[in-house]
Amino acid sequence: MARELIFTNMNINFFISLITAVFIGGSAGYVGSLMTTKKMSLAGDVLSHIALPGVGLGLFFGLNVSLGALGSLVFGILLIWWLSLKTDLSMESLVGVVFVLSMAVGFLIIPEEDLLHALFGNIYAVSLGDAIVAVIASIAVLIVAKIIYPKMMLACVSEDLALSSGVKTSKYNLIYLFLIATVVAFGIKVGGTIFTSAMIIIPSATARNMSNNMRQYSIFSAVIGLVSVIIGFTVFSFFSARLESSAIGTIIALAGIVFFAVSLAFKNR
Amino acid sequence: MDFQDDQNLTENKEEKPQEQQENILEVRNLTVSFGEENVIDNLNFNLKKGENVAIMGPNGAGKTVLLKALLGLLPYSGGIKWSKDAKISYVPQKILPEKNLPLSVKEFFEMKSIKQEQIKEVLFSVGITDDNFIKKRMGAVSPGQLQRVLIAWGLVGNPNVLLFDEPTAGIDIGGEETIFNLLNKIEKERNISIVLVTHDMSVVYGFADSVLCLNKKLICHGSPSEAFSADGLRKLYGEGVNFYKHEH
Repeated sequence: MARELIFTNMNINFFISLITAVFIGGSAGYVGSLMTTKKMSLAGDVLSHIALPGVGLGLFFGLNVSLGALGSLVFGILLIWWLSLKTDLSMESLVGVVFVLSMAVGFLIIPEEDLLHALFGNIYAVSLGDAIVAVIASIAVLIVAKIIYPKMMLACVSEDLALSSGVKTSKYNLIYLFLIATVVAFGIKVGGTIFTSAMIIIPSATARNMSNNMRQYSIFSAVIGLVSVIIGFTVFSFFSARLESSAIGTIIALAGIVFFAVSLAFKNR
Repeated sequence: MDFQDDQNLTENKEEKPQEQQENILEVRNLTVSFGEENVIDNLNFNLKKGENVAIMGPNGAGKTVLLKALLGLLPYSGGIKWSKDAKISYVPQKILPEKNLPLSVKEFFEMKSIKQEQIKEVLFSVGITDDNFIKKRMGAVSPGQLQRVLIAWGLVGNPNVLLFDEPTAGIDIGGEETIFNLLNKIEKERNISIVLVTHDMSVVYGFADSVLCLNKKLICHGSPSEAFSADGLRKLYGEGVNFYKHEH
């Protein structure tokens, strides 16, 4: 009896995680497709790890880990932005410095048993409240990303052209970084930083191989993110007896990689 | 541009009606500095409505910087005063979208919120007549076509000033038509002031009402033939430079 109850609870947790991850996966894929410049891809790539000190502080003070992660990401982004105004260093170097700082601080303050979940996630850790907030946050991210999409794309074609058309590129870059921060903060409980980086980078790289225009590119990115999550969860459910709860992030990332490999076949159209 | 003598304008250009004397742009004591260095030093000039100006000067003379300052993209000291009705558009020197950038020509134009028919019209006005062209990826458009696309993009919204950075920079725009013909056509159809940075003296002779020679400071301004007197060129590019004008 007790065994069945635990099993049922695990099932509920599994579905709550699935719903959260589907929304985060879709919105991460969509936002990731805005990462069209090299500078931006580097930022998106490592940004998720800037959440780690916040995760540590969240655990230490008994707060929600996602809130800690969000705080840490916003602080990290503002620090990078401030340093870029104060120094002549490239954005890439600054992101690198803040990335290393965050990793170091994060590893120091996150207890060892929690570190694994912070990096790789935990399929059973998401509460119903977390899921509801994650779904709302994902929808908000999708809406804002859709609004800034053409402007970001114009900046990618030519920054001067964007600026001369009245598009304040630095403002949009900052909004974009906050969108990534939101996705990472609410996705980190399910799949850790690995899952969130993977969902930001892989779907858009895959979609790029297959798309002829912006519309296809953005939709493919979101759909690939979402489908990778569903495949990841399906695979996990088949092997759940043999897998640790933290395996989910990695499995979803691998599902994304399979899509990427397939997309390479389309590349030389 | 204020010039004392406009008798020497080349013959293949129509005289502007005298009533169009209102300034569309006034530049006073314009200085742009990068760190300690003044890239543009105390520049003064005016631009009249409908006037076409060529900005010339050696590499590093501050030509592109001047255009960017006029667009308000760079911090500067001094005054740049556009008239209230000025609608300014910019055509950048060259853009190199990545080959696999997933953006179609149509989507590029839709960023300016215009409809497909208007896109086709404006592309037609720069000589792109292929109906399927708008479906192409930006990265798949040839450099010459891209130059036309950028001009067309700049013309959306009917600007009355077009700032144009090196339209001929190493680009064959294709066919018999030259960039000079295209500019003339645009200028005639739309009564637009074109400010262009160029090295191409034939464009300057055939197209510009006036020339602004820049080498950080204003070296000369006036009609093309004044500016290209041996004296003017020596001032701009240094000793030993001459421009051999073909006499037909």
